[in-house]
Amino acid sequence: MSSPLFYIFAAITLLFGAMVIASKNPVTSALSLAVSFVGLAALFVSLDAYFIGTIQVLVYAGAVMVLFLFIIMLLDIKAAEKLKPNYAAVAAAVLLFVVLIMQVAAVLTGFEAGRKSTTDAQLRPQQALVAMGDKALPTIANDLKAGQLPDTKLMGLQLYHKYGFHLQMVGLLLLVGTVGVVVLSKKENSPKGGRE
Amino acid sequence: MITLNHYLFVSGALFALGLAGVVVRRNILVIYMCLEMMLSSANLALVAFSRFHLTDGLPDYSAQALVFFTITVAAAEVAVGLAIIVAVYRAKNSIDVESVTKMQG
Repeated sequence: MSSPLFYIFAAITLLFGAMVIASKNPVTSALSLAVSFVGLAALFVSLDAYFIGTIQVLVYAGAVMVLFLFIIMLLDIKAAEKLKPNYAAVAAAVLLFVVLIMQVAAVLTGFEAGRKSTTDAQLRPQQALVAMGDKALPTIANDLKAGQLPDTKLMGLQLYHKYGFHLQMVGLLLLVGTVGVVVLSKKENSPKGGRE
Repeated sequence: MITLNHYLFVSGALFALGLAGVVVRRNILVIYMCLEMMLSSANLALVAFSRFHLTDGLPDYSAQALVFFTITVAAAEVAVGLAIIVAVYRAKNSIDVESVTKMQG
């Protein structure tokens, strides 16, 4: 990815991330977070992770943020943040932010392996084709032969072959989550039979 | 030239922003959004490492599988968490964290 695009999307991600914290209205926060996630998805795409980028937009910016907005609208929060900000908390947050950023910067300046750029670490479909040999699925082999990265196909292969059991466990987790949500949001029947 | 360190720095900055948000905000919903932000920043670091750790000329797809599972778990977590927030709102009629300082209902 050319560097201006990286800086643009990184700025979008971080600025809208800051907007989430800074805005008083939770609806603004939620929409800012959605934009921030779209910026993050663009960064994923810049890292040749097309599938993850798509999932990020569909699941996070789509489903999860709509769920957040739905709850915000449902609860109808009006005078929620009328209180003055807690200055001690603000000071602590700024301090945490600065210390964490400085720590990350300090670690990264000494991180030799992180100096690799995308041109140093270029994708080599031909080399992958040779390494896979006859075991490569025809559809993947064809894409690699054409010099393309079959990102979604490789991802599917990984998920269903290597991590098949884990995938089923995650499905079970989603089922448990669904049951939990139903139990949590069920209204308790009051003995008088009246509706709350 | 964009290096791995650039991506890792963005990831670290996003995590720091999320953490600052969790500390400074008192609205449970916004705190929850900041938690999501921190999760996503970890995903960015994972995908960046996957792209720069080439095995036979391809990205390391184990990392991306982990990101896939993280996103799935985060989605389930959001569903359950929001249901809990709605339950708290029904009980306390507020979603300020300071209204739930006592465990007793």
